[in-house]
Amino acid sequence: MIRVLIPSPLFSYTGGQKQIEAEGDSLAGLLDVLDRRYPGMRHRIVDEQDRIRPHVRFFVNGDMAGSLDHTLSADDEVMIVAALSGG
Amino acid sequence: MDDQIALLVGTRKGAFIHRADPAREKWKLEGPHYLGNIVNHLVADPRDRRTLLMAAKTGHLGPTVFRSSDGARTWTEARQPPAFPKAAAGEEGRSVESVFWLSPGHASEPGVWYAGTSPPGLFRSNDNGVTWQGVAGFNDGLYPQIKSAIVPGPDGAQVHSVCVDPTDARHLYLGISIGGVFESKDGAQTWLPLNKGVAADFLPDPNLEYGHDPHTLALHPRNPQRLYQQNHCGIYRLDRPGTQWKRIGLNMPKDVGDIGFPIVLHPRDPDCAWVFPMDGTEVWPRTSPDGRPAVFRTRDGGSSWQRLDKGMPQQHAWWTVKRQAMCADGGDPVGLYFGTTSGEIWASNDEGQTWSRIAEHLPHIYSVTVA
Repeated sequence: MIRVLIPSPLFSYTGGQKQIEAEGDSLAGLLDVLDRRYPGMRHRIVDEQDRIRPHVRFFVNGDMAGSLDHTLSADDEVMIVAALSGG
Repeated sequence: MDDQIALLVGTRKGAFIHRADPAREKWKLEGPHYLGNIVNHLVADPRDRRTLLMAAKTGHLGPTVFRSSDGARTWTEARQPPAFPKAAAGEEGRSVESVFWLSPGHASEPGVWYAGTSPPGLFRSNDNGVTWQGVAGFNDGLYPQIKSAIVPGPDGAQVHSVCVDPTDARHLYLGISIGGVFESKDGAQTWLPLNKGVAADFLPDPNLEYGHDPHTLALHPRNPQRLYQQNHCGIYRLDRPGTQWKRIGLNMPKDVGDIGFPIVLHPRDPDCAWVFPMDGTEVWPRTSPDGRPAVFRTRDGGSSWQRLDKGMPQQHAWWTVKRQAMCADGGDPVGLYFGTTSGEIWASNDEGQTWSRIAEHLPHIYSVTVA
C-alpha cells in the first residue's frame, strides 16, 4: 500500500488523519481512490483540467512530482504539501 | 433563519453571522465559520429562509461552495462545485479560480441558484447548491465571443451581480468586471451587451459594445424596468425598455466623484439608492475620499445626492467597502449595513441618516448580506 501524508488543510476530509494508506499505479489513480474515500478532496488540490493547484505540491519518496501521470509503486510514500500561499 | 435580522459576513479569513434583536439595536457576533477560508459571498435563500450558500476557497485549496440548510448550525460541501468541463486533448481548458458571486434564482424556481466565477463563468444549480452545471449559453456561447475584451482586474475578472427579473425567470442580467453588462431573455441561452452610454475611460474606443467595468449591477425588485450600476467609471441608471444608460453620478459632488464598488437599492422606492464612494483619482487609492467615509443617497433617481456620514469618522478613516459588502434590509425605515476593508461593520436604522459601528476587529470584509 502507498503511504500518503496529508497536510492540515485537508484534515477536514480525512477526519484529522495525518497519514493514510491507499493504492494506485499513478498519482491520478491514487487521487481517484482518495476522492472516493474522501469526496470532494481531489477538486481542492487538482483543478478540473487535471492541473495541480498553484499552492499544492506532491512529493513521491522525497522528489517532487510535476504531474498526475507520475507512476507509483506499492511501497511509495506520497507527501501532499500545502505550499506557502501568502498572508 | 428566524424572523430577526441577521447579517451574513464573508471575510478574507472566514464567515461570521451578526444577529440583531428585533429593534436592530443590540447585535451578537457568531462564528467564525470556516476560519481561514476566503469567503467571497455568503447568501441566504429568501424563498425558504433556511438555506445558506457560501463561496469559499483557501490560500492552498481550490474553490468550492459550502451549504447550510439549518441557518448556519451545520455545513456541508457541495457534491459538485462549479467547474468547467475537462478540455479535449491538446486544447487549453479553463479552471475556476474562485466562486465570486451567488444569486438565488426566481421565486418560481425553488432550489435554483446562479454562481459567477473568476475567470468569468456562469454556473447554475437546480438543487440548492448541491451540484452545479455550467451555463452553456454563457460559458460556451457568449464568453468565446467577448473574451478578447475581458481584462482581469487586481483580483481577476469576475462574473457578478446576477440579477433575475422578478416577473420573468428567463430574463437575466449580469456584470463582468472587466467585460460589461449583458442581458439574456431566454433563460441564459443567448446574451446581448447592454452598455450604451457607459464610459470606459481606460479604453481607447469610448463607443465599444462591451469591455466596460461594472462594479455592481442592481435591478429594482418592485420595478424591474429600472436598473442601476456603480461602474469603475461612474454611477448610472437605466429605464427599460431603453438601452441607453444615464450617468447620474455626474450629479455627485465633484470633490467626491462617482467612483465606488457597491450600490444598494431601497426595497420599495425605485428612486432611492445608496452608494459608498471611493477615491478613484490618479493611482486609484480605493480609499474613502480624503479619508472621510460617507454614504451618499439619492431619492430622485440620481438627480441629486445627499451626503450621509453622521456617526462615521470625520478624518483619517482610510477604508472602503467592497461590492458585495453593502446591503439593505426590508424594514421600515430601511436598515442599511456595510462592512469595511478594515473589518468593521456599520449600521443605520434610519435609511442612512445616522450610523453606528456594530462590529470591529474582523478580517478584511468581502461581503455583507441580509438574512
